Amino acid sequence: MIPELGHFALWLAAAAALLQSVAPTIGLWRDEEALSGLAVPAAVAQGLFTALAFAALTWAFVVSDFSVALVAANSHTMKPDMYLVTGVWANHEGSLLLWVLVMALAGAGVAVAPATLGPRFRARVLSVQGIVSLGFFAFLLFASNPFDRLIPAPTEGQGLNPLLQDLGLAVHPPLLYIGYVGLSVAFAFAVAGMLENVVGPAWAKATRPWVAGAWAMLTLGIALGSYWAYYELGWGGWWFWDPVENAALMPWLAATALLHSIAVVMKRDALRAWTLLLAVAAFSLSMMGTFIVRSGLLTSVHAFAVDPARGLFLMILMALYIGGALTIYAFAAGRVAEGRQFAAVSRESALVANNLLLTVILGVVLVGTMYPMALQAAGGAQISVGPPYFNMTIVPIVLVMAFLMGVAPLLGWRRSATGHLAARLLPAAVAAALAVVVALTLFGVRGIGALLGFGAAAWLAVASISILAKRGLTLNSAGMALAHLGVAVSILGATASGALQREALVAMRVGDAIQMGPWRAELMDVRPIAGPNWTAVEARLDVRRGGDSVAILRPQSRMFVAPAQETTESGRAGWWTGELYSVLGQPDGTGQWQVHLWFKPMVRLIWWGALLMAFGGLLALGGRVRALKPRRGVEMSGSPIPQAA
Amino acid sequence: MKRLFWLLPLLGFAALLALMAGNLGKPTEAVIVSHMIGKPVPDFAFEGTAGAQGLSRVDLAAGGPPVLVNVFASWCLPCAVEAPQLQALADNGAIVHGIAVRDTAANVAGFLGKHGNPFTRIGMDVQGRMMLALGASGVPETYVIDGKGIIRFQHLGEIRADHVPILLAELEKAK
Repeated sequence: MIPELGHFALWLAAAAALLQSVAPTIGLWRDEEALSGLAVPAAVAQGLFTALAFAALTWAFVVSDFSVALVAANSHTMKPDMYLVTGVWANHEGSLLLWVLVMALAGAGVAVAPATLGPRFRARVLSVQGIVSLGFFAFLLFASNPFDRLIPAPTEGQGLNPLLQDLGLAVHPPLLYIGYVGLSVAFAFAVAGMLENVVGPAWAKATRPWVAGAWAMLTLGIALGSYWAYYELGWGGWWFWDPVENAALMPWLAATALLHSIAVVMKRDALRAWTLLLAVAAFSLSMMGTFIVRSGLLTSVHAFAVDPARGLFLMILMALYIGGALTIYAFAAGRVAEGRQFAAVSRESALVANNLLLTVILGVVLVGTMYPMALQAAGGAQISVGPPYFNMTIVPIVLVMAFLMGVAPLLGWRRSATGHLAARLLPAAVAAALAVVVALTLFGVRGIGALLGFGAAAWLAVASISILAKRGLTLNSAGMALAHLGVAVSILGATASGALQREALVAMRVGDAIQMGPWRAELMDVRPIAGPNWTAVEARLDVRRGGDSVAILRPQSRMFVAPAQETTESGRAGWWTGELYSVLGQPDGTGQWQVHLWFKPMVRLIWWGALLMAFGGLLALGGRVRALKPRRGVEMSGSPIPQAA
Repeated sequence: MKRLFWLLPLLGFAALLALMAGNLGKPTEAVIVSHMIGKPVPDFAFEGTAGAQGLSRVDLAAGGPPVLVNVFASWCLPCAVEAPQLQALADNGAIVHGIAVRDTAANVAGFLGKHGNPFTRIGMDVQGRMMLALGASGVPETYVIDGKGIIRFQHLGEIRADHVPILLAELEKAK
């Protein structure tokens, strides 16, 4: 019964979306405010009904109602309770329902938030959002119904992919979706802004909080995915340039560029057309990412429902939405014009440079992801583009960006003097030089790329902190400083864990030991252990440094019961920056076990940095939301000078 | 002209869409083959190690018999697994050259001392440059290269016992 209610709620939500898209479109055309005003209650209703549908599906998972086909295919009574809930979105249909849920809630959010640009613009935004949701509701109801029944119901489900039974991966999709869908709000604002011709500082001010929030969530989601891959897949790496990772990275890059260019629109009313394009591109890339993951178009570790019919459906949706938005862009972009001019040395031009570099990275990733497909379409062989291509092209660009990120915040808007730069940047330059010298002498780093990485991290870290000295401590300046500091921390983590890493792969018997740098790891024993829905063999590695036991590593090879699948659980021990990482491989039949051991200094900084970035984004968002509140008597000017408290 | 400029994003997207539409539903192969097959080996010259002479493109394109080039590393476990099969290939008259990827002379020497040395020449590819140039997707990989320096066949992963005759046949075919 409850699944049927959920199904019905989904139809009602779709009907609300239809109303939300049609009523304002006609209402704005005929200038009937009563009709266009319907968008607001429609958006709220859409949010409520979608939440109801989602709750119904969650209930079916929690009580293990195997008469629902989706639950039977993806759940199991033996699964720990938490994964009963997270199993809702660990599959194609459920994750799509989560997607429309977040989208509907965002729509309701827009409907109830203060309409700073007037009710007419809000109605237009809601109609665009309604049109976008409508397509996804159609996809859910016609091609991916999560409430389909399975008669007769099996007595037991098939279980959830064990790789997904993990806390990190349980919260990774919701975060990513909040990010993606937050970008859909920016998309709707951009399309509505073009249709209503209101693109300017006020528009940017209203759009930016959505971009900042989406960006922060996307940052967290991607970082969490990377951390999960690092400890769960047992490859010892943290980013693999897998097509699906790239699919999430591309919207992030576009959103990062957008976050910066929209600031230019807000403060200086320049770069309008470019910002609009980015706003359209960011969500378009999110949709393309979803499409790539779910269509079986690219081979990847992220296996999802591989169904060409669904792929075709999603592709038609994409063609309509992205094609439609870009068509509007082609007509409207000439009209919105570029806004005001600025000098070559100015904050604006530094942000343009930042945008160009981000776009180049985006292009590199896009080409790398699509090239195998293009080659195949041209009748060539199937190839894959691997990490060497990406690392060689992207690392230098990131280094240049890090340099610019140190300078840009110190430049003034419109036209900047340069006399103050030398003095302001002196500490950063000294820190960079010091970092290179330390890396060279103390750590014996030789690679030019790694040395530059250490230098760039120190440079950016010190430069970011000195932003605060220049601008004083406000939510905005602290947010920016923190986000930039996060980038520096991540660069340090990536550089150090790569350049100073030590690695050993050995076959060892119980009692054997290996020496790796200052560490000596002895294989104490290998024994079977049992978990709630798995059994495993667990090795115990006693790691000593200079005779003192520093850590016991417990890598496992886990065998899940339902579905029957083997996973590696890395055995790790760490302190706040670095860690020892071990993976237990197969026995060779003669009593030897394959053990892979790494020392990864500062590797955790990669994710600490991402956390800082996201937190910085949220702080800045807090500043924006506060600024949105209408305050009588205080005219929020677009001036870059922080207002006196 | 100006109008055309604003149309560019739409045109780019249309091209991308057409590309994806063309590929939709096509089966994707699990094994990905190098696009370098049938093409000449890119230019390279590596220092030798462990008493063996180095390896360069000139050695491969000198007009001799077809050879096997084995991309390996001392840190790679499957490389140790395939060592007996490489030795078997060498014993059957195949010329086997090695390219040691991201490795040190001491480690390579240790590896060869432990697992045997089937190689005629060994090139030290310290930066792993050749993996990109050959289109390799990992170590170990083994390539059949004919006397003119053209890549004729690629074997992915470790060589198992039943692969030995296949590789010998590919060498014969490349003559």
